[in-house]
Amino acid sequence: MAEFLQFLSSGLTVGSVYALVALGFTLIYNASNVINFAQGEFVMLGGMSTVFLALAGVPLPIAALIAVIVTTAIGLALYRFAIEPARDASAVSLIMITIGASIFLRGLAQVVFDKRFHSLPMIFGAEPLRIGGAAVLPQSLVVLGGATTIVLLLWAFIDRTILGKAVIATAVNRLAARLVGIDTRRIIGLSFAISAAIGAVAGVLVTPITLTSYDVGTLLAVKAFAAAMLGGIGSALGAVVGGLVLGMLEAFSAGYISSKYKDAVAFIVLLAVLLAMPRGLLGRGKIERV
Amino acid sequence: MNVRALMAHRFAGLTVVSAIVIVLPFFFPSAYYYRLAGLVLIFGLAAVGLNLLMGFAGQVSLGHAGFLGIGGYSVAIGATYLAAPPWLCILGGAALSGLVAFCVGRPILRLKGHYLAVATLGFGVLVTIVLTNEATWTGGPDGMTVPRLMLFAWPVHGADAWYWIAAITFLIGGTLALNLGDSPTGRALKAIQDSEVASSMLGIDVSYQKLVIFVISAVFVSIAGSYLALFNGHITPDISGFLRSIELVTIVVLGGMGSIVGSLLGATILVVLPQTLTVLHEYEDMAFGLILMGFMILLRQGIVPSLMGWFAGRRS
Repeated sequence: MAEFLQFLSSGLTVGSVYALVALGFTLIYNASNVINFAQGEFVMLGGMSTVFLALAGVPLPIAALIAVIVTTAIGLALYRFAIEPARDASAVSLIMITIGASIFLRGLAQVVFDKRFHSLPMIFGAEPLRIGGAAVLPQSLVVLGGATTIVLLLWAFIDRTILGKAVIATAVNRLAARLVGIDTRRIIGLSFAISAAIGAVAGVLVTPITLTSYDVGTLLAVKAFAAAMLGGIGSALGAVVGGLVLGMLEAFSAGYISSKYKDAVAFIVLLAVLLAMPRGLLGRGKIERV
Repeated sequence: MNVRALMAHRFAGLTVVSAIVIVLPFFFPSAYYYRLAGLVLIFGLAAVGLNLLMGFAGQVSLGHAGFLGIGGYSVAIGATYLAAPPWLCILGGAALSGLVAFCVGRPILRLKGHYLAVATLGFGVLVTIVLTNEATWTGGPDGMTVPRLMLFAWPVHGADAWYWIAAITFLIGGTLALNLGDSPTGRALKAIQDSEVASSMLGIDVSYQKLVIFVISAVFVSIAGSYLALFNGHITPDISGFLRSIELVTIVVLGGMGSIVGSLLGATILVVLPQTLTVLHEYEDMAFGLILMGFMILLRQGIVPSLMGWFAGRRS
């Protein structure tokens, strides 16, 4: 039982990071149909900027805030200078642009920061809590709490504000949204900004546990992409569920089967789910018109 | 035949390529250039394979480097442990890749768009994990050495010999790909790319045609993988990694989907550019990312189709 709780807690921690990145994926995909492979770089930028600002003597909370603002600005710049000029390009070309952006941001991080691994101090110390026999880092609870807060805030924003409803309208039908007077370009820009901010916050929260370096973004982007597809692309709830399921699959297969094959188990389950449900766990069907 | 009709002929591009391939070595100052050109041709061959799937059938694969890995390790393992002649291993690897593609493709080709992309990504990741962890056979993350290729009792060594082998194989592969494009399968695939529902209404067996092209494309990539392993004399699991798969997709999209010459051009850029950018030292990745973005924003159809469209537009 203690073992089970141990794996559950690590699975939920990693899973909530996947969930946040997958949520960012979904936001951008819904608004613009772009699969943004630079999503993982936002997490890296959030973590690395905080580390280096803190090293320069900036107090941690302010460093984190500046890091999130900088990453948000980079997300906006990505939209304005790379995606917007190519908005009528094919889906594959747009993916290639985001991959180019991800290589660029990785290179930028190498130059501005360095190539070493870095960590941040844990907010409530490194002394693990004993929960039912399992050792849980307080920082894990911070990650979980942070992820829950972000998901709730995002839900409140989308569901309860006029601007949020404009985001939904843009996602459902961009032309119709424009016809009722929504500035869809601004909405898409907003989606990039929110995604980048969410990624940066995830980066700040998880860095004390997983460490960060200039190249952590690629793997995160792959995992989050897989999580978003597992949940069903375009579904925000699906992204969260997909992220948590993927994180737990990894933790449990590493614990019970083999740590070498944990990614293999995760991807085999992903393949199995997609074969049984070709649109993911919560994706909606789309009918091709002829 | 006037110039325009010649230009429009479907083998025009490949004829120009073969002329360049023959003339180019006269301008190579050192063996290093043979090596670089050989790599371009091998990656070009792999890209033509992926292009069959992406350009002809409109299906995106983010895991095709898995077949590079199968081809490469077939040669390495076959020659080391089974003492089989390398050329037989190349064929064996191609057959194995085709078989794997058949078994994997049958279920996953039913998936559409990004779902297929993530499923193929999973396939590539699985191949890499197996190659990394089965260290008794593959040497693990450090990889293993690959014996030299023997052709009729002559050991093939030197970058110039490989240049010619890669060139001949690329030209054969390119010709096959072009012919395939004009075959009933090629036409069926074009129809599928436009609308799957409509083409199945016309009596096209959609899943069968997709499977055929998936298997053929895997065989192309596998042969390129075997060449790569023999050419380098060493192989590591990175050959089938996600970044390699992305590299292959980049070559295809950069050059232009469905364009054979484009695939070679894309391979040239992706092989030569990083070599030239090393002068920038730590700014290398930034520059590469910027150039990739710039190409895709300005020539969003890919280099060859964009330029052809531009010329056609100017003439009319």
